[in-house]
Amino acid sequence: MATVLEADHVKKYFPTGASKWLLRPTDQVLAVDDVSFKLEAGTTLGVVGESGCGKSTLGRVLAMLLKPTDGSVRLNGVDLATLNERDLNQVRRDIQFVFQDPYACLNPRHSIGESIATPMKVQKTHDKQGRRQRVQELMELVGLNPEHFNRFPHEFSGGQRQRVGIARALALNPKIIVADEPVSALDVSIQSQILNLLEGLQNDFGLSYVFIAHDLAVVRHIADEVAVMYLGKFVEYGDATSIYKTPRHPYTKALMSAAPVADPKIGRERKRIMLTGDVPSPVNPPSGCRFRTRCWKATDQCAEVEPQLVEVVPGHRVACHYPES
Amino acid sequence: MSTPLISIRDLHVSFHTQDGVVKAVDGVSFDVMPGETLGIVGESGSGKSVTANAIMRLNFGTQVDVSGEIIMNGKNLLEVDDDELRTLRGRQMAMVFQDPLTALNPFYTVGNQIAEAYLIHHPKATKSEVREIVLNAMVKVGIPEPTKRMDSYPHEFSGGMRQRIVIAIALVNNPQLLIADEPTTALDVTVQAQILELIGTLQEEYGSAVMLITHDLGVIAETADRVMVMYAGHAVELANVDELFETPTHPYTVGLLGSVHSLDDSSRGALQTISGTPPSLINLPTGCAFHPRCRFELGENSLCRTEAPQLHAVGKSRSACHLPESQLLQIGAKGGV
Repeated sequence: MATVLEADHVKKYFPTGASKWLLRPTDQVLAVDDVSFKLEAGTTLGVVGESGCGKSTLGRVLAMLLKPTDGSVRLNGVDLATLNERDLNQVRRDIQFVFQDPYACLNPRHSIGESIATPMKVQKTHDKQGRRQRVQELMELVGLNPEHFNRFPHEFSGGQRQRVGIARALALNPKIIVADEPVSALDVSIQSQILNLLEGLQNDFGLSYVFIAHDLAVVRHIADEVAVMYLGKFVEYGDATSIYKTPRHPYTKALMSAAPVADPKIGRERKRIMLTGDVPSPVNPPSGCRFRTRCWKATDQCAEVEPQLVEVVPGHRVACHYPES
Repeated sequence: MSTPLISIRDLHVSFHTQDGVVKAVDGVSFDVMPGETLGIVGESGSGKSVTANAIMRLNFGTQVDVSGEIIMNGKNLLEVDDDELRTLRGRQMAMVFQDPLTALNPFYTVGNQIAEAYLIHHPKATKSEVREIVLNAMVKVGIPEPTKRMDSYPHEFSGGMRQRIVIAIALVNNPQLLIADEPTTALDVTVQAQILELIGTLQEEYGSAVMLITHDLGVIAETADRVMVMYAGHAVELANVDELFETPTHPYTVGLLGSVHSLDDSSRGALQTISGTPPSLINLPTGCAFHPRCRFELGENSLCRTEAPQLHAVGKSRSACHLPESQLLQIGAKGGV
């Protein structure tokens, strides 16, 4: 399989704290700190983690909405940092973004037809007639009535708006879609509709997804590979089945055991790992392993040596000194 | 069975808007028993929060119509005057809100806010007494270093810690009924697990009844004793938690359970869905509100389209559906998880 997207030691730091004009050294939020992965054509990488772990920032870096502080993102083998603005605009067609909030991502004063047509207008891919036709095609594709192209966002429900967002992302025939929590704002019965839609589109067009979510069960359903993020780093990364069957990082294990199960019998029987405390600040992450402050296995070694992401079984990498077996 | 702590009978809440009358809650009746956890589950707009707010009498205004009965300790809460209501709120029933940051006042220290809740019901308490109570409350909800933290402001706490403070405020007067409206929706899963466990242990300690409102069936499965499923302002099913998940007796519940994604589920096949979207509360469908989305609907001119179903016994549960009992039990046995 061909690699379509590759992240190589990507870092994204945001300056914070002291004012810049006094030239004092500023604090930095280490939002994404040294993340590498490869995305194969036609597959889905699920990125999971709690709020503040950097998963959305990673998505934005991949979709070229933010420039990485360090490291490189390669799209079909081309390092995006080497491209000038014009070439960059050209490759933007190949990678599109679906946003979390279907209420905020559409301009309330534009009809949804206009919203869906905007990428084609910006990229000058279709003339007016062509755009109109393409918009209707796209609406049909995502399960909207094509006759509604001149309606406005407020006339649609959350799930329908998310379909508009997906239609817009598909407008330029991208190869990759980065979806940042595409279903978290939706009710559960609508979530499954959107997930089914995304899967159908993947099968039909061979799309690759980077699917960012905090909900492990949703990611389980859609992802081929999973990356678990904690404070800007991948702590576990690999084949989805393997990770869900035998999570090896203590954090992944805790995260899975904390997720409520919709079955009272299983819920009562299983033993839950209760993590204490909150996620530390990404401005001053703990030394060594970043999870050690909440980990029940932590030793002195964890404070001193930062664990690297190593392959424990083929296709399953873990960054932990004491991985579960 | 013991007598219910609170009985809600035929509760209607409607809002007058520019577009028409929104029937947010349309004839809901249920009881909460002392010490139990009643879960209320439904999608957005199903009326679960409005029901909770009605019990706290928080949604009263000129543009709102509320009718029905909410009986607690022999009094109809919908009829008591404001002075009396003030003595009941906090002591008989208290509420934990979804977003702990907006529930707390950013200008007061958290200790102050816990003290305020206590002082309303104990105006003669001395300063040292109140301090003692506040410290105690903070210890109970698991705030580390409470002597130091009671002088901190809400913004100095994390989301989970803030929700602990809100719970401390709600429980400081030892209420008989705690209403938790999506208490963990704004929190991460690892923190959610902490908060749910906290509510559970405090409930045992105080013996309060809890009304837990959530859209998350997983949370319901792990915390509730009994469950009420709401759809478009109606209670469509009322059941013990085990029965609900084993043999749901309403097509909507069956669909809802079917669309839940599970951690163990490795199938990448299409998820079950409920087609369509919830109806507008201004223009509810005639008959059963769920019939336009229902797979089992009985067709033209049937009861489904003409008459609103009432909750009645189906198996061990209560369901509001016109389908014959045998068919409902069959659907539930097949569709349940």
